[in-house]
Amino acid sequence: MAQDVLLQVKDLRTSFRVEGEYYAAVDGVNLDIYKNEVFALVGESGCGKSAMALSITRLHNMNYTRCEGEVLYEGKNLLTMTLPEINKIRGGSIGMIFQDPLTAMNPLMRVGAQIEETLTYHTNMNRSEKKSRTLELLDQVGMVNPALTYDQFPHELSGGMRQRAMIAMAIAAKPEIIIADEPTTALDVTIQAQILDLLDELRGSTGGSMLLITHDLGVVADIADRVAVMYAGQIVEIATVFELFANPLHPYTRSLLNSMPSALTEEARLHTIQGIVPSLQNLPRSGCRFAERIPWHHASLHEEDPQYHEVSPGHFVLCSCYKTFTLKAGA
Amino acid sequence: MALLEVKDLKVHFPIHGGILGRVVGYVKAVDGVSFSIEPGQTIGLVGESGSGKSTIGKSILGLTHITAGTIRFDGKDITKSVRKNRSPYRKSVQMIFQDVYSSLNPRKRVLDIIAEPLRNFENLSKTEERKRVDELLSIVGMTPDNASKYPFEFSGGQRQRIGVARAIALKPRLIVCDEPVSALDLSVQAQVLNHLKDIQQELKMAYLFISHDLGVVKHMCEHLAIMHHARFVEYGTRKDIYENAAHIYTKRLIAAIPDIDPNKRKDNARNRAEINALYEKELPDYYRDGYGVYDLRPISDTHQVAML
Repeated sequence: MAQDVLLQVKDLRTSFRVEGEYYAAVDGVNLDIYKNEVFALVGESGCGKSAMALSITRLHNMNYTRCEGEVLYEGKNLLTMTLPEINKIRGGSIGMIFQDPLTAMNPLMRVGAQIEETLTYHTNMNRSEKKSRTLELLDQVGMVNPALTYDQFPHELSGGMRQRAMIAMAIAAKPEIIIADEPTTALDVTIQAQILDLLDELRGSTGGSMLLITHDLGVVADIADRVAVMYAGQIVEIATVFELFANPLHPYTRSLLNSMPSALTEEARLHTIQGIVPSLQNLPRSGCRFAERIPWHHASLHEEDPQYHEVSPGHFVLCSCYKTFTLKAGA
Repeated sequence: MALLEVKDLKVHFPIHGGILGRVVGYVKAVDGVSFSIEPGQTIGLVGESGSGKSTIGKSILGLTHITAGTIRFDGKDITKSVRKNRSPYRKSVQMIFQDVYSSLNPRKRVLDIIAEPLRNFENLSKTEERKRVDELLSIVGMTPDNASKYPFEFSGGQRQRIGVARAIALKPRLIVCDEPVSALDLSVQAQVLNHLKDIQQELKMAYLFISHDLGVVKHMCEHLAIMHHARFVEYGTRKDIYENAAHIYTKRLIAAIPDIDPNKRKDNARNRAEINALYEKELPDYYRDGYGVYDLRPISDTHQVAML
């Protein structure tokens, strides 16, 4: 199934300055996002998934961040664009949904006005057109009373409603890609289900792609088409969602799936991963980065310079250590 | 005899309004909740944010006032004395907090953090104290050399283990765990949950486990209470709740858990939609005037549900 690539990330390296030195939080990531797909990026905190999302729209503070590599959208590199050019893309062709809608919204602006702001920048609508489009959007994201919400302030809405308003803002200019950074993490499970259903429904009606960043494997299984698992700044495994859950290969993916206290099984002990996620300054920069978490797996089984292995079409695994790996509970 | 018996607990917070700041109403955070915990048992308290589950935990520890109702511990009524410092009750009940960044004093060493309850209640010499702290650290899987470090030197999971070590220092008989793993990553969460289970077996403690994560709760608790609108809507064993849910809210909650099998995606979505439709339709059967939760009524030996 050959698909059109919408967004291409090439050898992206995002580094943060810590005490005068730059350390790469995203260390050479390559990925393609196709038209009309939900691409999920999973990993634990500190693995670089949010750093990557912010690099795509260049929302990092450039005073202490360096982005290298290429992010190609319609043949143009977003990383080298001028500010007016990238401003056209932000909110226009690429919409963003953030984790915490309360801090992401302006507390002094009414919800309607905030959504209209997007329309002001990216369309030529006049005032009444903007208002009717905003009401339409609020209705589309499932607000019970769009006219009332239009005049409310963010603090007057519940968490789920706020996240809906954020989604309305993100889809206002009909973007081709939505980057959703942990869109449901701050929400209760029933509300989470509603928001996921909403995102799924919107995708059917607007036909856009989505880059979904999450740490919740349940969310991934529920909505994603393809998944990339990140560890220590690198993608360690990439596959379609069905392939990944049916046939996880990288030791990290397998450990992660096994440490889930699933609501469906109740084993006496959970699988744990030995050691801790290394901090930015202490990341192993050569060899297999997961090696130190699986010390019983002999060093000779890892590659010195890990490469991606294509095990089946579209399923890539980093480092050959997966071939002989057996799970073993850590301390 | 039950270790802890909570009867008809109510916690109401006043709302002040107007220029004079008079009380204009009440927020009913907990409105008539009864349950009991046997020694060594784990009870899970599940509900959405704002349903009052943390308030129940806090009132048991005396961290908030109690409007009405009684709390009995070991058969003794401690409702009045629960907020008194250094009562023996305070020694037998401890808490593990959700936020591992704000629940450890950043200016104290791990040794002082873990030894604080010991210093309050037990008269130990310096060497005895140090020995106990080392023991506690090894119970939660940390080495004694960590005792002289400060909290910022640790990762989230290690911090939570320090919190666990502090909570078990006095060998309490009940620990209130308020979302102990919600802020932690999956692999770290597994470590902390395993430790909590091991420690429980070793020290025979009871847990009141508060969480919104139904997967974690199912893993940890043999009995569950589902809260909604400040009251219990359902109470039962793990099996009663997960396989035989009777209240519409519980059904909706369980249907909302994301399944890790992508092949069942469509079925789950359909199931969810059906239950949501049912929820709208049957709301009056389960809630008085669409809000008030009815009293619990037994439907089997272990299973109680709030409906007409």
